[in-house]
Amino acid sequence: MRVIVPLQAVVQGRGGLVLGSLIPCALFYFFQLYIRRDRPSSSASNLPDLAAMPRSLSRGLLSPRGASGPARLSSRGASVARDDDNPDYVGLKRCAEDPYHHSSNPHGLMQLGLAENWLSLDMIRDWLVSNVKEPLLLDEEGELSIHGLATYQPYDGLMDLKMAVAEFMGQVMQGSVSFHPSQIVLTAGATPAVETLSFCLADPGNAFLVPSPYYPGWDRDIKWRTGIELITVPCRSTDNFSISIAALELAYNQAKKRGVKVCAVLVSNPSNPVGNLIDRETLYDLLDFVMEKNIHLISDEVFAGSTYGNDRFVSVAEVLDSENFDRRRVHIIYGLSKDLCVPGFRVGVIYSYNENVLAAASKLARFSSISTPTQCLLISILSNTKFITEYLKVNKERLRDMHALFVDGLKQLGIKCARSGGGFYCWADMSKFIQSYNEKGELKLWDKLLNEAKINMTPGSSCHCIEPGWFRCCFTTLTKQDIPIVMERIHRITESN
Amino acid sequence: MRVIVPLQAVVQGRGGLVLGSLIPCALFYFLQFYLRRNRPSSPPPPHSSASGSNLPELASIHRSLSRSLLSPRGSYGPARLSSRGTAVARDDDNPYYVGLKRCADDPYNRSTNPQGFLLLGLAENRLSLDIIQDWLVKNWKESVLLDDEEGELSIQGLATYQPYDGSMDLKTAVAEFMGQVMQGSVSFNPSHVVLTAGATPAVETLSFCLADPGDAFLVPSPYYPGWDRDIKWRAGVELIPVPCRSTDNFSISIAALELAYNQVKKRGMKVRAVLVSNPSNPVGSLIDRETLCGLLDFVMEKNIHLISDEIFAGSTYGSDKFVSVAEVLDAESFDKSRVHIIYGLSKDLSVPGFRVGVIYSYNENVLAAASKLARFSSISAPTQRLLISMLSDRKFIAKYLTVNRARLHDMHALFVDGLKQLGIKCASSSGGFYCWADMSMFIRPYSEKGELKLWDNLLNVAKVNVTPGSSCHCIEPGWFRCCFTTLTEKDVPTVLERIQKITKSN
Repeated sequence: MRVIVPLQAVVQGRGGLVLGSLIPCALFYFFQLYIRRDRPSSSASNLPDLAAMPRSLSRGLLSPRGASGPARLSSRGASVARDDDNPDYVGLKRCAEDPYHHSSNPHGLMQLGLAENWLSLDMIRDWLVSNVKEPLLLDEEGELSIHGLATYQPYDGLMDLKMAVAEFMGQVMQGSVSFHPSQIVLTAGATPAVETLSFCLADPGNAFLVPSPYYPGWDRDIKWRTGIELITVPCRSTDNFSISIAALELAYNQAKKRGVKVCAVLVSNPSNPVGNLIDRETLYDLLDFVMEKNIHLISDEVFAGSTYGNDRFVSVAEVLDSENFDRRRVHIIYGLSKDLCVPGFRVGVIYSYNENVLAAASKLARFSSISTPTQCLLISILSNTKFITEYLKVNKERLRDMHALFVDGLKQLGIKCARSGGGFYCWADMSKFIQSYNEKGELKLWDKLLNEAKINMTPGSSCHCIEPGWFRCCFTTLTKQDIPIVMERIHRITESN
Repeated sequence: MRVIVPLQAVVQGRGGLVLGSLIPCALFYFLQFYLRRNRPSSPPPPHSSASGSNLPELASIHRSLSRSLLSPRGSYGPARLSSRGTAVARDDDNPYYVGLKRCADDPYNRSTNPQGFLLLGLAENRLSLDIIQDWLVKNWKESVLLDDEEGELSIQGLATYQPYDGSMDLKTAVAEFMGQVMQGSVSFNPSHVVLTAGATPAVETLSFCLADPGDAFLVPSPYYPGWDRDIKWRAGVELIPVPCRSTDNFSISIAALELAYNQVKKRGMKVRAVLVSNPSNPVGSLIDRETLCGLLDFVMEKNIHLISDEIFAGSTYGSDKFVSVAEVLDAESFDKSRVHIIYGLSKDLSVPGFRVGVIYSYNENVLAAASKLARFSSISAPTQRLLISMLSDRKFIAKYLTVNRARLHDMHALFVDGLKQLGIKCASSSGGFYCWADMSMFIRPYSEKGELKLWDNLLNVAKVNVTPGSSCHCIEPGWFRCCFTTLTEKDVPTVLERIQKITKSN
């Protein structure tokens, strides 16, 4: 209008009136045509005649097929199909094709990029072999209750399993807090748990604040289908990558200026990839922060039972119990993939104090329900509290030993690791070995490690770390004998740099 | 502008120039306020500056349990859900789900709860569960726990991460099972299979791949009520019902599809696919070869996709042979890349609790996207193992399919005859778990309201849960979907007697 009105002032009278109306309309019309030029137009009108002809195998000769255009995917489908370049996934794929094995494939790729815990699989295996003699879910007469096994069950999990999982979570947190089964929604893995919770808390275009470095999987789990933006809030190596409320405040205000609505803060505790624990003080500050901004707090505590340091793990649930914060804005993501070493079983947990979130999530659980036979198997395993206690104890010891061994080994190569208290990773500082101190240099080193040394580590840039040179190394798929080999291979690369 | 320019013409000169610029700007400014009034505002400035100056001091004060006394909590507003989260949480009124819930609370049992609700609204096949049970009792331990040559438990293949879209062994077994189900008329390629935790996420994932939010699928109605949730909730795809008529047994009409397509186009929406079920849920009819060819021509002409939900393919009992769209594709030279099949083991193998669904596509881009999205709905590894074992036992599967079909046939005949004696006619059906019953003569008035009144009577007075046609988007009132596969022979008279109580009084 600021253009038209002066024009109008120039061209007086009725002619000006007409021109002043027509010109913008004409411009708008041609603008629409320009925008719509890409849409496919309907095909020619001769096809209805063909439909009336009798069908025969020679139909192929009568009408040219494939003339109406390729069968296209949606734009979101196409971008998911194409999404392959992240080093994290390139590395995982290469390792899957050529995996290291100490006897059968000693020159294979060593996988330090996937968080699986093989250290205590033998205990799980032994339990399964010796305890699961009878078919699952026997009823009072000792008969297989096929109805409880094969037929439709509640989408968000059997109540028996919810109770068993709630108890397991309590054991994992070492009795410092107890969990209520009615606040649990079970999903087929923590991956759909995070996605479902995101759907419940935020609309497309909204954002989560995420202290970085963070778990690379969230870029897919949260962004792909929910359309939620993840805003990185960088943490610094100077304070061991701890969360800073001031940085969160800054990021929040910046997002607000851009007109983006922040719906939640998403943290992992123990942190993936750094491995540090969030201390009680910071948890208080986080809770204050989300209350002040009227947003949610999502705490991904999937490694809660895999701690090995001297610091005690404090869950956000424990803090909520002790003080009177507004609980309805706190949600916990959990799962059995890490602490119970059974990622193949696909068991994830949304734990929420907010009944609306529980109502929505339990309905959305229809898209990611846990198979009933597996639920029955797990009820069996988890109810055996003696086994679980023993298992958690032994697993922690093995984690601690392997962690110490690995960190020492790296130290001897001159590589320091961030101080960590839990999880399956070492967050290693290899910045002195990268040629140019930036993401490009880091990726060059990653490439060398993958292709020459045949070791897959996750580069810090995949985790959105702003300081180049940090690498995430998982030590739980190794045995003691493998460690010297890993160190030697890394040494080969670091020597030459 | 058409308002402003005349104004401008009236008010000449520099004053007019100013007014002509200011008035629209002022209007626009206030319009923004009006539009934004519903958004939760941040706490008003005076409040936050007061607390802002206090908080740094509070943070340095030693934390203690009495912190709650220092700063008032709960004054900042409720912890809100997203608008889509709220819509999902509230979505409870559909009779389909109300009925299911009431039945779950008070289910009929011939001996322990003879006055309970009879569930004719949920498609579970309990007719052949005993066969499954026998197999499980004999074989489950070996199939889950022992899998390599020495008969040792390979924990690596059981507990650790597996491919998100299912192990290749299971895909192979499922592809073979699908071939057996279609009675050998077509063979399926395991590399075109993406496995998901049930057909529900299969449909949703496929919808994500084929359509963007706001796009539409054409769906011949009446259709499966679950699609309203599976496809609309998160994928944001609209379902356009294309009504079918009882006069031709609710068969699909290409002319009606054409009409609907053009109407949607006029509205400015983009149609991405036609979604059909075959055998049809709820009618139970099979789509004949001619119509399948017609559908394929239609989607080719419009450059859209065809989704065929063939989940009841193995549960046929009529005299007509089931023809899968895959069979038609094989025989003729259609463009395969636009055809996708939804399948699963919940119906044909009677194991909905196992959560096993299939996306079968000939389009490699769809397969690439769907296999990645499968991370949100992977099948548990122990179940995969169990099923590989079960499905590889071909003798068992062949026997199971034969016996199951015979039992379906018998129960269907019994139920339909029983309804006929009450004066209720059913649509002609050859597959699936339902009778599509015409109870329009018992509803007053002849409208959706009358139909829901009858449904309510049946549910609360007769304690029989059937699905009203309006939940299935049927445009002719009075049709009800009754599932007969959760009944035993002895239950049928009970059901009929209860229904008669209501129909007599109408």
